Amino acid sequence: MIHFVVHDEGDSVGVVVVEGVKAGQKLNGWIMDQDKDVSIEAKSDIPIGHKLAIKALKSGDTVVKYGVDIGKTIAPIEVGEHTHVQNVRTKRW
Amino acid sequence: MDLKKSTFWGYKRENGRIGVRNHVIILPVDDLSNAAAEAVANNIKGTMAIPHPYGRLQFGADLDLHFHTLIGTGSNPNVAAVVVICIEDGWAKKVADAIAETGKPVAYFGIEQHGDHDTIMRASKAAKAFVQWASELRREERPLKDLWISTKCGESDTTSGCGANPTVGNAFDQMYEHGVTLAFGETTELTGGEHLVSARCRTDEVRKKFHFMFDRYQSIVEAHKTSDLRDSQPTKGNIAGGLTTIEEKALGNIQKIGRKCLIDGVLDKHETPTGPGLWFIDSSSAAAEMVTLCAAAGYAVHFFPTGQGNVIGNPILPVIKLCANPRTVRTMSEHIDVDVSGLLRKEMNPDQAGDALLECMFRTANGRLTAAEALGHREFVLTRLYESA
Repeated sequence: MIHFVVHDEGDSVGVVVVEGVKAGQKLNGWIMDQDKDVSIEAKSDIPIGHKLAIKALKSGDTVVKYGVDIGKTIAPIEVGEHTHVQNVRTKRW
Repeated sequence: MDLKKSTFWGYKRENGRIGVRNHVIILPVDDLSNAAAEAVANNIKGTMAIPHPYGRLQFGADLDLHFHTLIGTGSNPNVAAVVVICIEDGWAKKVADAIAETGKPVAYFGIEQHGDHDTIMRASKAAKAFVQWASELRREERPLKDLWISTKCGESDTTSGCGANPTVGNAFDQMYEHGVTLAFGETTELTGGEHLVSARCRTDEVRKKFHFMFDRYQSIVEAHKTSDLRDSQPTKGNIAGGLTTIEEKALGNIQKIGRKCLIDGVLDKHETPTGPGLWFIDSSSAAAEMVTLCAAAGYAVHFFPTGQGNVIGNPILPVIKLCANPRTVRTMSEHIDVDVSGLLRKEMNPDQAGDALLECMFRTANGRLTAAEALGHREFVLTRLYESA
């Protein structure tokens, strides 16, 4: 079963595609562009459609998705942690 | 899908364009004429009023856009005939004359010196003749290249970028090779991915025009913003769906133009494509505004991928909804025409998803009502550039 998908293996985040992911759960991921599998333990409860970090990020780091810059972190983020508006901001506007 | 010999059944209009619907519309030029237009549509079965809140004391480019949008809507090949109603004769005639250039039947009526009763009676007589005439028009078999298809996504979430939007991209890539006229837009929702769009422009001239439109819209945001737009772009719905920044939203959005097709031209909000290929339409990212501009540009079928479940339709443009979010497909199934959630479970590959969308497109073009049509979604929203005088 696929719990999360990743666009590109260089990305820092993946997207949860099932409902009800809980902290501590072991998650199976699918890296779409390279068709590879990856496994990560969730550090938070993560709603469907929300992101988890698949790489550890320091505060101020650039977040990469689709192989492209999607913003910067405003707090450190652990692998498996919910990655969203509480810890990431736009670099635009 | 092998599209080489693909055909659909459409209505050939007087100017050669092919429509997939056969609407007789009652088109008010201004807010004051909505009541009469709706009364006519109520009197004459099979006609449709398209009410809206604008048309008085607009001026300059904003007024031009208002006229162009109404004229484009009336000229769209999904429309067989048009009854125009305005508070006075002058602007009624202006809109009607421009629509009549397509060769389709048009009648116009002014309310002043007549009142609603007399206007409704006269307009109803014209509408009755038009709808009876239109009801005898027959569809004919046409090659795929005669179909114009636009796209815009809405209430997107992260599943849009990994499922529904790449499905549109797959279908666009397939159709592009066969000379179909395609469109996308949503200028501010390319922010963070504008370099990727720029790289897809066919010529430097197209690229220059794209950057002009992009920069023009950025300057509007910069001039009016009071924050980093975190309450508006991404929307609350986008954020609830897991999208965090405008850049992330934009990169998902851009999946709709596939991986192969090039951008052949750039259109301002009131312009119409002049040939086949992929066109960028400078437009708001608000769903109904953008889809209304696509209808006014002459597009006949619209692809609308959604994540969290936008319910939009359009009065004259069939809007096909596709979704890859399994929760939305479950909770809002009546709105979804094509379920591509299997992509995220590896039960469906991108070509199968693209083909499922194309199959729905052919059925829709041949006459099957979309979910939005069956549910009565007729959002018609005119883009405003600034305040009325």
